[in-house]
Amino acid sequence: MALILDNVEIHRGSFHLNANLTLKPGTSTAIIGPSGEGKSTLLNTVAGFITPAAGRILAEGSDITQSPPAGRPLTMVFQDNNLFPHLTLAQNTGLGIAPNLKLSPADKSRITQVLTRTGLTGLEGAYPPNLSGGQQSRAALARALLRGRPILLLDEPFAALGPALRQEMLDLVQEICATEALTLLMITHNPDDALRICPQTVLVAEGTAQPPHPTQDLLQNPPTALKSYLGI
Amino acid sequence: MVIIRSAPGPIVLALILTLTFGATAALLTVDGSGGLTASDWSAVRFTLLQSMLSAAISCALAIPLARALIRRRFPGRAATIALLGAPFLLPVIVAVLGLLAVWGRGGIINDIITPFGIPKLNIYGLPGILLAHVFFNLPLVTRFLLQGWAQIPATQFRLAAQLGLTPSARFRIIEAPMLRAIIPGAFLLVFLLCMTSFATALALGGGPKATTIELAIYQAIRFEFDLGQAARLALTQFALCGAAALLALSLTRPQPIGGTIATPDIWPAHSRAIRTQDVAFLALLIPFLATPLALLGINGTAALASGLPTGLPKAALTSLTIALASATASALMALALALWLTRLSRVQGVVVEGLGILMLAASPFVVGTGLFILINPIASPFALALPITGILNAAVALPFALRTLVPALRESEQRFGPLSQSLALTGWSKFRLVTWPTIQRPMGFALGLAAALSMGDLGVITLFAPPGIETLPLFMYRLMGAYRMADAAGAALILMALSLALFWAFDRGGRLGTHTR
Repeated sequence: MALILDNVEIHRGSFHLNANLTLKPGTSTAIIGPSGEGKSTLLNTVAGFITPAAGRILAEGSDITQSPPAGRPLTMVFQDNNLFPHLTLAQNTGLGIAPNLKLSPADKSRITQVLTRTGLTGLEGAYPPNLSGGQQSRAALARALLRGRPILLLDEPFAALGPALRQEMLDLVQEICATEALTLLMITHNPDDALRICPQTVLVAEGTAQPPHPTQDLLQNPPTALKSYLGI
Repeated sequence: MVIIRSAPGPIVLALILTLTFGATAALLTVDGSGGLTASDWSAVRFTLLQSMLSAAISCALAIPLARALIRRRFPGRAATIALLGAPFLLPVIVAVLGLLAVWGRGGIINDIITPFGIPKLNIYGLPGILLAHVFFNLPLVTRFLLQGWAQIPATQFRLAAQLGLTPSARFRIIEAPMLRAIIPGAFLLVFLLCMTSFATALALGGGPKATTIELAIYQAIRFEFDLGQAARLALTQFALCGAAALLALSLTRPQPIGGTIATPDIWPAHSRAIRTQDVAFLALLIPFLATPLALLGINGTAALASGLPTGLPKAALTSLTIALASATASALMALALALWLTRLSRVQGVVVEGLGILMLAASPFVVGTGLFILINPIASPFALALPITGILNAAVALPFALRTLVPALRESEQRFGPLSQSLALTGWSKFRLVTWPTIQRPMGFALGLAAALSMGDLGVITLFAPPGIETLPLFMYRLMGAYRMADAAGAALILMALSLALFWAFDRGGRLGTHTR
């Protein structure tokens, strides 16, 4: 699904961010930029937690600027607190199907399938605090899959994982996006993550979210704002 | 939808404000002309004096006790720290009986000293009131201080050790700032608790030299039926407590009770002098706190062995009913208010703190006097003794419940608000799946605290209750008044057990089946 930010302006006190960009259906885009420049603000605006001061957000042509977070054709995986610690994995992921947790037998077998697909076989009854960090990330992705929304937003959910585990998760994300034809938008601090699964990158710096640029090219010939951030 | 969900909150707030201000306004309608009499003034002076002394002694003793508990390791240390939480839940009249078993005319101190020709101790009046207030509040202030010490990062003490700071330099640099932050608020809280501690004054005070304002109100209504004098005194009490409570608002006020206290092993070796000093304080203060409790257990068991006093089961049932009803009402009101307040980020602190202050200023006794005056022309206040007691008990516990619930709800909303929003979790589903599991524990605590406080309350019921209608604390007080001490000891043990059991059951219940980290 195509995602368009049409002259979007975000004001948070003295902080300003402008975005005017188009993401084509099925593309994977990284968001990169110095801390405090508004990467999360941008993603939270797309997700509906922040209302822009001006401009429109369009998903496949329809205006979603005023829609509530749950009413948008997208699903977001947060940095943390993706799972309710007092609900089982089946319940946590089941919320992606029915927010009141009234699940039919068919729903339950779908949950089992998705858990298997994300490498969580047999953990339906487990509680999140008893899972490893990698398993918790997988569970968050499993729920995103069950929600079946065409756009996937990732707010650095794998930042706390070790390098090998992070790569594993990124590969899982890539595989899911390919088979489900999802449009992916993900924040990262790590240029390697962007290179690994995102052919294009949006640079957020100096009050602007720039239109997507090929990742390889951007990292090889970084503009000044990115240069100092990357330390080159 | 939003309106339906937020309506209970404002309604509860309106109810509480009507109750407190309505009752206080009723005091103004009575012809209280003539101003305060000489005996009224002496009650005012005595109230202020005993509150100041109680707060000062409690704070002065709490500092060395807390330091000794932090520094020394001894068998029973954990139990001692846990025991410090008990007096807050202990019914006042029960504690008074325990103190009398130690310090009273027939108490063990007199048993020990009279053979040596020392005249018998008589603690009625100021000494008894001070003893009781220190017994209640020394543990409270000690717990605040233990929390204060526990919150000083261990690295500061390691740094002090590495730099070779002398004990006095360490005290000045590390500990004094913590004490400066905690002691003023603790002092004022104890002062307010002693200003409004009616049951202690009722049992141990009296006479021209030892009558508090609340005791004078009680006497004006019960003995002289002089509503004008009662109203004058209640307004005076309201003004004094209000001033003290407003002063308290400008200080950081510590949380009355709750939570376990971590006491990290931060201080290694000490000089002989410090050790002697610590041991001396522990050896004096632990028995001071523990002996009355132990005697309550021993005397109570002995008394109960010869059967229950007649009338006890009925009084116990009355008290349990009031405690459960008022705890439920209090917790539900707190929940409605807290759910509403978490959506009003700006004013929530003001409302929570303001209600706490209001309930301290408009003490149940003042509100009770107002209600008495309000009801008197319409119906017999004596017939409404039990419902009024329940309502006032619920109102008293409300600030405590709010202080535990509001932070829990705020944290729940911070952690899971965006996630719930993105999953379309709203209304009842959200309450059932997200909110309730995260506030189950504070709700259990709030219910337990409210039930225990209500169970042991001996306050407004004394203004209203006709013969034959009694709660368990009133029943016990009447036994003491009739010098039936053995029966009173039996009743005290049952009352203490019921209060602690109520708190324990609710607090435990709140922890069942939670997987929250």
